[in-house]
Amino acid sequence: MTLKNPKQLSAGVWDVVIAGGGNAALCAAIEAAEKGAKVLILEGAPKVYRGGNSRHTRNFRCMHHGDLGPLIETYDEEEFWQDLLRVTKGETDEDLARHAIRTSEECLPWMQEHGVRFQPSLAGTLSLDRTNAFFLGGGKALVNAYYITAEDLGVTVAYEAQVRHVEIVDRRATHMDVELGGEMHRVQGRAFVLASGGFQSDLDWLARAWGPSAKNFLIRGTRYNMGVVLKDMVDQGAETVGDPTQCHAVAIDGRAPKFDGGIVTRLDCVPFSIVVNKDGQRFYDEGEDVWPKRYAIWGRLVAAQPDQVSYSIIDKRSIDLFMPSVYPPISADTIEGLAQQLGLPGNALAQTVDEFNAACRPGDFHPQKLDGVTTEGLEPPKTNWARSISEPPFYAYSLRPGVTFTYLGLKVDKSARATGPEGLYDNIWSAGEMMAGSILGQGYLAGFGMTIGTVFGRIAGQEAAKHVA
Amino acid sequence: MSLDVTLQTDPGLISSDPIEEARRQIEICNACRYCEGFCSVFPAITREKVFADGDITQLANLCHNCRGCYYACQYTAPHEFDLNLPQALAAARTDSWERFAWPGGLARIFQARGEALAAALVVGTALMFAAIAALPGDGAGFYAWISHGAMVAIFLPAFLLPLFAIGIGLRRYWSEVGGVRVAWADLRDASLSAGRMKNLDGGQGQGCNFEKEERFSDARRHVHHAVMYGFLLCFASTSSGTVMHYVFDMQAPYGFWSLPKLLGVPGGILLTVGCAGMLMLRRRADPALGTPGRSSGERGFIWLLGFAGFSGLVLYAVGGTWLTGPVLALHLGGVLAFFLLTPYSKMAHGFYRFAALVRDAQDQRVRADV
Repeated sequence: MTLKNPKQLSAGVWDVVIAGGGNAALCAAIEAAEKGAKVLILEGAPKVYRGGNSRHTRNFRCMHHGDLGPLIETYDEEEFWQDLLRVTKGETDEDLARHAIRTSEECLPWMQEHGVRFQPSLAGTLSLDRTNAFFLGGGKALVNAYYITAEDLGVTVAYEAQVRHVEIVDRRATHMDVELGGEMHRVQGRAFVLASGGFQSDLDWLARAWGPSAKNFLIRGTRYNMGVVLKDMVDQGAETVGDPTQCHAVAIDGRAPKFDGGIVTRLDCVPFSIVVNKDGQRFYDEGEDVWPKRYAIWGRLVAAQPDQVSYSIIDKRSIDLFMPSVYPPISADTIEGLAQQLGLPGNALAQTVDEFNAACRPGDFHPQKLDGVTTEGLEPPKTNWARSISEPPFYAYSLRPGVTFTYLGLKVDKSARATGPEGLYDNIWSAGEMMAGSILGQGYLAGFGMTIGTVFGRIAGQEAAKHVA
Repeated sequence: MSLDVTLQTDPGLISSDPIEEARRQIEICNACRYCEGFCSVFPAITREKVFADGDITQLANLCHNCRGCYYACQYTAPHEFDLNLPQALAAARTDSWERFAWPGGLARIFQARGEALAAALVVGTALMFAAIAALPGDGAGFYAWISHGAMVAIFLPAFLLPLFAIGIGLRRYWSEVGGVRVAWADLRDASLSAGRMKNLDGGQGQGCNFEKEERFSDARRHVHHAVMYGFLLCFASTSSGTVMHYVFDMQAPYGFWSLPKLLGVPGGILLTVGCAGMLMLRRRADPALGTPGRSSGERGFIWLLGFAGFSGLVLYAVGGTWLTGPVLALHLGGVLAFFLLTPYSKMAHGFYRFAALVRDAQDQRVRADV
């Protein structure tokens, strides 16, 4: 049930207190409540924005042997592991990673039993129907289903309840200081689960970690992932994993909202375009690979350009080659006219386009595969889909880095228990984005954040309940 | 092939025009696609990249207001995209009925104002009282109160004129959404969907989110079934009576084990219970997800339909007593108002919704053939 009176927070001793209200927190709450524990969820966001970044997710990557739910064929541990190894370039903990992969298979039916519904993979994502199970209605529908299940199990949920501090005495957490309605409350518990995400919404922290240019980044997810609990734990000497300076950023439409733009701000036109910075200069091979394999590196590429902005430019022939963008393109009948609308130096842009066009060679242009249609004598080259930009109208979309998550997290063991300066804590577990850096130290694998959150959220809830039983 | 991107709107530019606003929201949905499995609207959206006015009208009429997408949406207020697709499509849908109605102008009054429907009921009833006073019959049962000839003289035009008006509206609809020649398969698919209220089942039979917010429930589908099948049974009852009268020369009144009664009594009960249930669910549902400014007219329509069903049952119950006359006037007055207002009240939704389902089936079939 939703907490009615804030005084209830400090009225007694809770069995399991959970910081956070996204997928991992909810999985932990449900597991603990099913084992009879008296559970409190402290969600920092108001009810309409509950669920952290989970509300923006769309699928769950899952190992399986044979058809399972919406998933077809087989996706075994080794293939899953190799996929992970490739994106992380080894920045992972094999033991924990394999544990997450193996446990994912039993999670899918568990999710269904607890209200989550799946649907066939979405139009335009057919390549994922073997590896990723899509949520009917997306991540917010999953979050809603879990809140309903948790509330039916008697879990208490406090919204706009910001955990400010975890009090730890001799490896043991005793209470949390929680801010709600302008007042601080002392919330006592016997076991604590920390599942309140990374720090990517704290732009000052991001700027300290990454550099001042991070102020120009857009945050794709919730504005409530301020990393308050993470910082409190780090300050108390909790062991961490993941590069504290790094975040996962992808290139998204530059006109996207500062926060919470989510999936609709993605832009799929880059491979069919040339991308220039605000000086009208190209800076990277736009046709290096298919877009699903390249959008992540473009986040960093754009972040390295002046003012952290770039422009993707196509002509009439390419406007229908990609998923519709939510923002209409800027269009003009001449390159100079386009430059004027974009505020770019017209001569420089015209020269860049001319040089690119002159370097294009006749070839068999094929949008659906690496077609090998490449430029000659151009630096940087465009190694696929290098078709001239010559048929008006011309179109442009702006690009900015969109941050998905940060890598810094708490170090946990296979039982999701967090580690302090003197070894494992007695009664503190962590799950979800807050500890995902252990497994996903670099790069990203679609739907794997939800796998980590579900697997370790459930484990944290089970272990916490066992601890208080 | 090139795409007419001039049709695209700025996702941040909220519009007061129903079609523009629905287009803005649909474009956001098409860039997301998370709701694809809920109903027919989302797969239809993903078949396009830009949306002309006719596409918006079609999508708006395909939407059954199950509200699943609203509660699943990460872009609802206070998010700056301020998505409320059930409301946006409801507004565009009602707007389309009011534009298509013939003669124009009538629909706006009866869609919007419950009082107008109540006034129509009063007028209808008064007319029937006058008819009974002026044209008493000499037959048995009802025909003791009003002659068969008078009934036919009143109800034949009251039935045919609205049908004609609806026909004009549907023609306008079909032309706006770009419909082509209808195949039997399209009618079959549309009937199967409408007959089960497929678009209220949440995509997996879990139901809709009409009255319990993010929890699913089948209540609305069930009460809608009661209303729809109740109405169809009542209609079948009247039709069977007509056939018995003219084809078999069997005159009313009919006994309980006759076709008109066997169809009409369960029909009246279903209609009454369904309308009562619908009104109760509406009290719990969030009005902000329905058509802005049309709540009174929608409630008034349910009351009118329920009244027609309930008064029919009462009429049967009071048969043979002195109450028959007044109750007959009330019942026929209700039925008269209902018939005459069909093209201009919420009743029109049934026709346009069915046309949208036919068009959707057709669109899927035509594209599959290409």
